[in-house]
Amino acid sequence: MTSHIEPFIELENLEKVFTVRRKAAGLFRREKSEVRAVDGISFAVERGEMVGYIGPNGAGKSTTIKMLTGILTPSGGRLRVAGIDPARERTRLAQRIGVVFGQRTTLWWDLPLKDSYRLMHRMYRIPDARFRENLDRCVELLELGELLDVPVRQLSLGQRMRGDIAAALLHDPEVLYLDEPTIGLDVVSKARVREFLSHLNTTQGTTVLLTTHDLTDIEQLCSRVMVIDHGRLMYDGKLSGLHAVGESERLLVVDLERELPPIDVPGARFVRSEGPRQWLAFPATASAAPLVAEVAAAYPLIDLSVREPDIETVIAKMYGGTRDERRESLM
Amino acid sequence: MVAGMWIRSTMTYRASFLITLFTNFCVTFFDFVAILLMFGQVKGLGGFAFAEVALLYGTAGTAFGIADLTMGSLQRMGARVRDGSLDTFLLRPAPLLAQIAGDKFALKRFGRVAQGLVVLIWSLCLLDVAWTPLKVLLLPVAVVSGAVIFGAVMVVGASVLFWIQDAAEVTNSFTYGGNTLLQYPPTIFAQDLVRGVVYVVPLAFVNWLPALYVLDRPAPAGVPEWAAFASPLVAAVLCGVAGLAWRAGVRAYRSTGS
Ligand SMILES: Nc1ncnc2c1ncn2[C@@H]1O[C@H](COP(=O)(O)OP(=O)(O)OP(=O)(O)O)[C@@H](O)[C@H]1O
Ligand SMILES: [Mg+2]
Repeated sequence: MTSHIEPFIELENLEKVFTVRRKAAGLFRREKSEVRAVDGISFAVERGEMVGYIGPNGAGKSTTIKMLTGILTPSGGRLRVAGIDPARERTRLAQRIGVVFGQRTTLWWDLPLKDSYRLMHRMYRIPDARFRENLDRCVELLELGELLDVPVRQLSLGQRMRGDIAAALLHDPEVLYLDEPTIGLDVVSKARVREFLSHLNTTQGTTVLLTTHDLTDIEQLCSRVMVIDHGRLMYDGKLSGLHAVGESERLLVVDLERELPPIDVPGARFVRSEGPRQWLAFPATASAAPLVAEVAAAYPLIDLSVREPDIETVIAKMYGGTRDERRESLM
Repeated sequence: MVAGMWIRSTMTYRASFLITLFTNFCVTFFDFVAILLMFGQVKGLGGFAFAEVALLYGTAGTAFGIADLTMGSLQRMGARVRDGSLDTFLLRPAPLLAQIAGDKFALKRFGRVAQGLVVLIWSLCLLDVAWTPLKVLLLPVAVVSGAVIFGAVMVVGASVLFWIQDAAEVTNSFTYGGNTLLQYPPTIFAQDLVRGVVYVVPLAFVNWLPALYVLDRPAPAGVPEWAAFASPLVAAVLCGVAGLAWRAGVRAYRSTGS
């Protein structure tokens, strides 16, 4: 009954340290060093949320997911999913979670999809009616109909990924973890997967946690995003809030009647000019209207436009880019 | 069910399935012929008569065969630990050990059990022993306990693979090597080796101690006579050790970076 009070997924100062041995000088000498893959992460996810978990390569995303599923045992901190400690009660938790690794299939390589699903049916002890219903729904929405008789090893990446997503959902999991579910998919497949996930979240109320390097996934699916880097949580909140945190700037592109010295108005920063055209940067959180009015009042204006900051740029900057790099990418 | 699926998936490569089946059959058959020839030539070994050696061979072979039939897949787990494909098993709602054990099912392993059983039955026909109810009871108990002992040693060996993925060669020497050792009378081996098999890795409880009791021969390495009946106890203790080792191994599993 505690699950009503506690959040569905709860991490407290979660840590995972890998000890790696490196060959050092000398034949048999080896140096030990520590990789703090997850370095004290805390967050909570409520039932029914759809959360994006992003960060640069090696940030610790996959490691976190592996701890959430019980594959890896944390080195420190506390972790609860549906009130269960994943590493301790892995098999019990398995009934309640679904997992898709973009990089690795959970299906039986030599068996047709259909047979893989039948094995899942047995293994998860899914009631026949539920199984049929879930399978039919997945087959329809993910367009798996023609693939059911094909051995998994013959499926293309996108087909396999859809097959994997269906496999993860047959037992009505309460939470679905997806580690890069759109990796290597074409635009059409990506769209289909996204549509399916969003449908799943709204109709079934399944909690979804997904990692991705494609920010469109996040923009289209997740109301909440968490950014991690070097095993630490850098941001947790709405996608739009990233702009404020990232001190991102919008651009005002001004076309003047003739070439003039850099525009100087309060609240904006001159970026560069190209003949009569000038670029001004101002905080993404500020309104453009007063700035436009000021420029129009003081300069001979022909045309102007506002360019929204690219979310990728914002995040790239959070990933540790310097101010200079950002300035370049803003142009 | 899973075995059925396995056969079906193997059947998808039909030719290779048939070849595998055929070679497995041949290997088992020639193995068996070799044993018969050996027993035909050797009249006795280390003071043990031919039928007595056959009893040792049959009990060790059967016990090992049963253990190998159920746990044999464990030795190939090193590759799964290394390439991280163990992840998939850890996601499923069944105990990891059971999944790995049932992972690849090999028909040839049945051959091993059959071979051991045939030699065992054959030796029982030839043996000239004063049977008592206790001896009759001891034999099946010993074979079953022996299978459990071998199985537990295999699990401990597999647990080591979580830390050292290349250790299969070393751990196999305890099981496959132990099996070979136990097929011969303890009198032909160095005392230190026999002591090791009694007190360190207690494989002697698989068949040596019970079989020597059945044959009315003294136990090796100064072991008391009641030890012949301790096999189930040793098996139980080893299962506990194996359970702890396996758990520690799973906790140490580190998957892969990608
Ligand atoms: N099994 C392992 N052994 C040693 N180090 C590991 C292992 N798994 C991960 N790491 C290290 O932990 C860190 C985090 O890895 P992780 O796979 O979680 O990153 P990620 O955020 O998923 O990155 P990517 O976007 O590239 O998938 C990396 O520095 C990686 O080298
Ligand atoms: Mg990853």
